[in-house]
This record gives sequence, C-alpha cells and structure tokens, in this order.
Amino acid sequence: MAFDKAEAKSVITTPIFDNNPIALQVLGICSALAVTGKMDKAFVMSLALTTVCAMSNLLISLIRNHIPSSIRIIVQMTIIASLVIVVDQLLKAYAYEIAKELSVFVGLIITNCIVMGRAEAYAMKNGPGMSFLDGLGNGLGYSALLLVVAFFRELFGSGTLFGYTILDPIRDGGWYQTNGLLVLPPSAFFIIGLLIWALRSWKKNQVEAA
Amino acid sequence: MEAYISLFVRAVFIENLALSAFLGMCTFLAVSKKVQTAMGLGVAVIVVQAITVPVNNLLFTYVLKDGALAWAGLGEVDLSFLGLICYIGVIAAIVQILEMTLDKFFPALFNALGIFLPLITVNCAILGGTLFMVERDYQFGESVVYGIGSGFGWALAIVALAGIREKMKYSDVPEGLRGLGITFISVGLMALGFMSFTGVQL
Repeated sequence: MAFDKAEAKSVITTPIFDNNPIALQVLGICSALAVTGKMDKAFVMSLALTTVCAMSNLLISLIRNHIPSSIRIIVQMTIIASLVIVVDQLLKAYAYEIAKELSVFVGLIITNCIVMGRAEAYAMKNGPGMSFLDGLGNGLGYSALLLVVAFFRELFGSGTLFGYTILDPIRDGGWYQTNGLLVLPPSAFFIIGLLIWALRSWKKNQVEAA
Repeated sequence: MEAYISLFVRAVFIENLALSAFLGMCTFLAVSKKVQTAMGLGVAVIVVQAITVPVNNLLFTYVLKDGALAWAGLGEVDLSFLGLICYIGVIAAIVQILEMTLDKFFPALFNALGIFLPLITVNCAILGGTLFMVERDYQFGESVVYGIGSGFGWALAIVALAGIREKMKYSDVPEGLRGLGITFISVGLMALGFMSFTGVQL
C-alpha cells in the first residue's frame, strides 16, 4: 500500500482545526451537547465515537468495491450499527456507571452524521489505510471540541475536572462561586457558539456569507 | 386517559426532543432557514415518529426483550443486545415504505415531504425516541402517545427556530458569528426558555 507520510498527517490534522466536523461541517452535534457536562463522560463518548468512526471507515473501505451503490446506505448502516453494539456491550461490561449515565447516546452514535458522512464521503473512494486515518482524524476533531466544551462546563460549572476538585466551591467551605448556568445543558450551545466565533475569527476563510 | 394527556404534554414541552434532549440537531440546524421547509420536515418527523415508536415497541416486547420469545417456546432467549440494529433497520424500512406509499397514492404530499424523508433515517430524534421508549419501558398505548408527542415537540421547536432565523436577516451580526454561530446561541436561548417548563407537574 502506497503510504505518503505528509498526506497521512494532513488527513489526521485537517479535521481538527481547518475542517472541524462540528464547528464547520455541522455534523454530530446532538451528542456534543448532551454529554459535555462532565469530562469523564465526554472522554468516554469521544473514545467510543473515534473507535467507531475509524473502524467503520476501515471496514467499509475494505469492501467498498463490492457494495452495489443502490444499497450502500443500508450496508454502511449495518456495519456501523454492529460496531456500535460491540462498543455498547463493552461499555456496559467494563464501565457500567458511565454507560448508565450516557444512556441512549452511545446508541445514537449510529445516527451520528460524522460516522455516516465520512463513510459516504471518504471511505467509499479511498484505500483502507487512509480511510482508517481519516476516521481517526475526524473522531479526534470531534473529541477535541467535545473535551474543550466539557472542560469549561465542568471547571466553571462545578469546580472539578474528571471529578477532582480544582476550584474549591463555596458550598464545601471554599472560595469559588459555581456557575449554575454551565451545569445546565443549554450552556453547551453558548460555548459552542462562542468557540465557532473564536475559530472563525482566527481562520477567516470559514466565515459564512450572511 | 389522564395519564396519556400528561404523557403527551410532557413529551411536547418538558422533555422536548430537540430542546432538552438535543436530538436531531444536525437537521434541526441545517433545515431551519425557512419556516415553510421547517414545517414540511416537522410534519414528516411527526408522521415517522408516530409510526416507528409503536412498531419498535411491539418488536421490543414480542421479540427482543428478555424472555419475550416465550410465545415461540424460546422463553430463555434474550435478544436485547440486537436492539440497536433492529430499530435502525425498522426505521430505514418504514421511511422507505412511507416514501413509496406517498409517491403512489398521495403525490401532492410526496412532493411536499419527499425530499425530507431520506433525511429522517439518519435523524437521531427518531432513533432517540425509540431508545427513550425502550429505556423507560413504555406500554404500547403509551408508546403511541409518546411517539406523536415527541414528534410534535420536535416539529414545534424547528418551526419556532426557523421563525427566529427569518427575522434574523434584519439584524447586524458580527462577522465570525454569522450563520452557524448565532444559530447556536439562539437555540441556547430557546432551550433556556423551554427549561422553564421543567418541574411543571400535571
């Protein structure tokens, strides 16, 4: 397999800043909002999504020449659903508490448009190695945004990171007045909105025409 | 009867799929530029949701649940791990059937809803509704009400957002915030508004 190092690097890094699946392509937002209240939830979720995205890209790319194009969506869906079932069962077996908290959102990786979108747009046209990396890159782009949002929400909302106290909240005798708004789900919208603003002020070419 | 009404109101307002569970966000943000199209998609979601949730409920109760195959003499079989793949299959199949039926018998409706139907298969609100139904262990009657209610709530939210975005044409938004950014922030404000329904007891 021809393997160009520079291209491989760009396939992984482009989705993180230049073409972030959430901030620019508006894909896979549902879970980005609902699971970002705590760092550990966000971390498990990004791990699950990155795995599914990379593996589904790899598998779909391996059989891409054998899939009739009229039924490709359902074939992709079946592969993705099977991978999600595996991830879901693993989480239930080894991280039951977190799996319980993530509730339906692990299952919803199936309909996460990032996974479908990459399978359709990249894995159907490229070799298995590059597709794997592309899935990994997009998974990482998703994870980066998810973890940033979760970082702000957990640190300023409850003064902790991964459950460890960083800023001593007042109700435990500390000094930090926790920001109740950030614990509530709608705050994720504000943070993502502001992040997009920051990203677009930095990379002017992403600005939309009004 | 009272329980059903309360479940309906809860599904529409308090547990609104779009604004408190954040499901179906991709299409929610992408197809909310015009009230007209938002309305079309909203109706399509209500129809699909009202069919798929009860059908998946039957599938879960009589095939997948632990011990559900007792009627076939396979009482000790637990197929619940196959849930995800079955639900998505059912959703894809129903959307396809609906598309063909509408095309054949109601061409006017098909022209109005047609382009939205394929979008719905990958709309997480539909799969999410089914998964919530399974998680909360709804009976068949409840699942019908929940399906209609949650679809209606989603439709309400997208039409409202489209209304706001149409008005936004007249406002002067900072450059980097245009389009997606400001949409996120207005959805956030809408979600805050909908949060005032939490705690309403019926």
